Amino acid sequence: MSTIAMPKPDARILAEAPQIIAALRDALPAGTVISDPEETRAYECDALTAYRCPPIAVVLPRTTEEVATAMRICQRFSVPVVPRGAGTSLAGGALPTADSVVIATIRLREILEIDTTNRFIRVQTGVTNLSVSAELEAEGFFYAPDPSSQLACTIAGNIAMNSGGAHCLKYGVTTNNLMGVRCVLTDGEIVEVGGPFMDSGGLDILGLLCGSEGQLAIVTEATLRIVPKPEDARPMLIGFDSAETAGECVARIIRSGLIPVAIEYMDDVCLRAIEAFAKTDYPKCAAVLIVEVEGSQGEIAHQIERIREIADELSPVEFRSSRNKDESLAIWKGRKSAFGAMGRLGDYLCLDGTVPVSKLPYTLKRIGELSKHYGLEVANVFHAGDGNMHPLILFNANAPGELERAEAYGADILRLCVDVGGCLTGEHGVGIEKRDLMSKQYSAEDMAIQMDIKDVFDPDWLLNPAKVFPLDVSQPYRDRASRS
Amino acid sequence: MQTTFTDAQLLDPDTRRSNEILRSCVHCGFCTATCPTYQILGDELDSPRGRIYLIKDMLENNKVPDKATVKHIDRCLSCLSCMTTCPSGVHYMHLIDHARQYIEQNYKRRWDERALRWLLSRILPYPGRFRLALKGAALARPFRKLIPDARLRAMLEMAPRKIPDISKNDLPQSFAAEGPRAKRVALLTGCAQRTLNTDINDATIRLLKRHGCEVVIPQGIGCCGALTHHMGKSRESHSAAAANIRALVAELDGRGLDAIVINTSGCGTTVKDYGHMFRNDPLASDAARVASLAKDISEVMEEIGLKDASHADPLRVAYHAACSLQHGQQIRSAPKELLKAAGFQVLEPRDSHICCGSAGTYNLMQPEISSQLKEHKVSKLEAVQPHIISAGNIGCMMQIGSGTDIPVVHTVELLDWATGGPKPPALAATL
Repeated sequence: MSTIAMPKPDARILAEAPQIIAALRDALPAGTVISDPEETRAYECDALTAYRCPPIAVVLPRTTEEVATAMRICQRFSVPVVPRGAGTSLAGGALPTADSVVIATIRLREILEIDTTNRFIRVQTGVTNLSVSAELEAEGFFYAPDPSSQLACTIAGNIAMNSGGAHCLKYGVTTNNLMGVRCVLTDGEIVEVGGPFMDSGGLDILGLLCGSEGQLAIVTEATLRIVPKPEDARPMLIGFDSAETAGECVARIIRSGLIPVAIEYMDDVCLRAIEAFAKTDYPKCAAVLIVEVEGSQGEIAHQIERIREIADELSPVEFRSSRNKDESLAIWKGRKSAFGAMGRLGDYLCLDGTVPVSKLPYTLKRIGELSKHYGLEVANVFHAGDGNMHPLILFNANAPGELERAEAYGADILRLCVDVGGCLTGEHGVGIEKRDLMSKQYSAEDMAIQMDIKDVFDPDWLLNPAKVFPLDVSQPYRDRASRS
Repeated sequence: MQTTFTDAQLLDPDTRRSNEILRSCVHCGFCTATCPTYQILGDELDSPRGRIYLIKDMLENNKVPDKATVKHIDRCLSCLSCMTTCPSGVHYMHLIDHARQYIEQNYKRRWDERALRWLLSRILPYPGRFRLALKGAALARPFRKLIPDARLRAMLEMAPRKIPDISKNDLPQSFAAEGPRAKRVALLTGCAQRTLNTDINDATIRLLKRHGCEVVIPQGIGCCGALTHHMGKSRESHSAAAANIRALVAELDGRGLDAIVINTSGCGTTVKDYGHMFRNDPLASDAARVASLAKDISEVMEEIGLKDASHADPLRVAYHAACSLQHGQQIRSAPKELLKAAGFQVLEPRDSHICCGSAGTYNLMQPEISSQLKEHKVSKLEAVQPHIISAGNIGCMMQIGSGTDIPVVHTVELLDWATGGPKPPALAATL
């Protein structure tokens, strides 16, 4: 079906599947283990549907201790474990293998503690990103990282992928907002790292865990930094007649030292899709930026003025700043419906490369040229402030060969990102999608160091198999693990 | 998502439609976040995305539905919260309707479940039979603890203690507008609703008349077909719907209609979909005409504008958004704005997008999940400390009413009261 290879399932594990399932069922409460092939199928993929494979079983624990029990059993049988949050990964981070057990955190949904004086919230990691902020709303606080899937994605997945979002330009990504975790290691040991304080002594183990893509442990509880909501926030809409000029505007805003909450970029393909779907009054031009600033009224007015001056130097087609809530909603409406609108055009691959902001104009130009080369349309809608690009490659999944072409195009875009000094992923993670491109970014030594670290946490190489590291690169490690 | 239907499969119009829907789904998972059953059960299989997957597999492979698939499809409330959430416009309603119909045709349920479904489909849509059944239920209620089946117990629990007398207003006739006539509208008097509660239609007729509408109860109007439609019994639902379409078209072609008014939003969602239900039927164009004129009472009143709201006492009214209104018909602000215009203090409970668990016959078929949803809903409604709870759907009113002492009335009863009608009988005892 697609171009990224998965290892051959372990025949020994497949043969032992009935015993593995029985052991899990015996040790866990009724209704926790799913193993009917009709039912495991719904867990065969996440939001990257090009790759699919049902696992042996799916475990849905309700407590950290149940996660530990499941992990211990899996270790006893040497079964790979695929951690799963809400299954919204666009990189295939939760893709099972045929010889694996999925352990999902979605039933771990308790809010454990809210402390606004010391500015933290402690939650079980199956809560959704948005529900954390919803819990805090009455207190006038929020949790800053806000991936586009924040309605559905869980904190567990956010930590695994070090998720970002529109607000991250100002507040940082997950790792900058994570204070502590409780997690389960492959042998079932439950450990706590960090806590409700700024920094702990010793090595930054928490920094290692955040963004480790389920390679090191399953995080079941998290202490998150919370921030007071600003007095107000206001967006501006700036239209340009070329993609490069819009990219230049982003670079100049960042260079000026201003820190808007968000700078969002949409190109003409995206604008046309939005126009057809959301009936916005966006200008018809090559690219639109939405820049949002926040603070007190005075701060907002000042920032808007500065950004207007910067934009004016580049002769925008239109500059509009919101005067009230309705106008703010109208400006954001199209951006918020962008992905849905794109979905109506057909299937798409959503990429996630990051480039230095100064390289945005060049990168956008090259993406356009590659689009012609591959004969596939691309739409650009992304968080421009931190150079985190999300080119959406449009294709027809039902047309033979188109997915492969789209993937080849996507790989070229990601190589381009690395070539201009950026990296493969901004917030979606490597998962399965970008696994084989890791060699483009990292040398063999670089990857060896990363795999040595995995060895410490997961000496049997059971966690989230066949992800992140190219198979040929990880082969010696996996061979050694299976011999011991 | 990629699909693998063959050209031969796609000749079937229902499959073709389902293929379109499946192709528009990008499997992003946003729908899981607002699905009530996923919130309770925490299993992807009890979420829209999981069900879409099960349906896809069942339809693509022409499978005889397996027990697991049927269980998870049956657990869907059809609240359509997922459709409000979906960024890609996936028409889940048509997909789940197709799946229910497919299951009904290709899966043999256990004898007791078959009997129960048959019974419900033969009783609820027929006011005469339903009245009789409710009277029987009143007699059986004292013995309900002896009944082993939770669903039958739930039915007895839900049956009201008192059944109103038949209202003459529900018979075919025409009510003249008060003052100059602005509109001529037909009222769907419903089936189960008018057996359980006659105040709603009475208040609707008074309210419309007072606002310059001639109100017609057409000859031959009956159940809209929604109840059986949601059980996958397409033969029954289509025949009920066809009878309605004929009755309404006779009025349309006779003295004409400006709108077809519906005050039970569950029915409204189905009537508005008649065009789709009959798209490959000789009745197609008539069905589309009826669907295009179908309006919820709150839409009609919003258009007319509330006159002379004289209500002085700004009672605290918690507005319960029925899923068929907020998700099925995407009507969110009209009922609240009307209540505010009528002088009430309108309060919105938290999690208003989550279903109360009534969902047609769901509270009878899935009592466990339904009662958890009821508890959740009632606690959120009570938290805003209202004098009255207002809703636009009889199913929700019965469900919520069975869990709280706060009076539950239909939004039209409050609007009628505020514009000169009598105080809603349900409030007489408490306020």
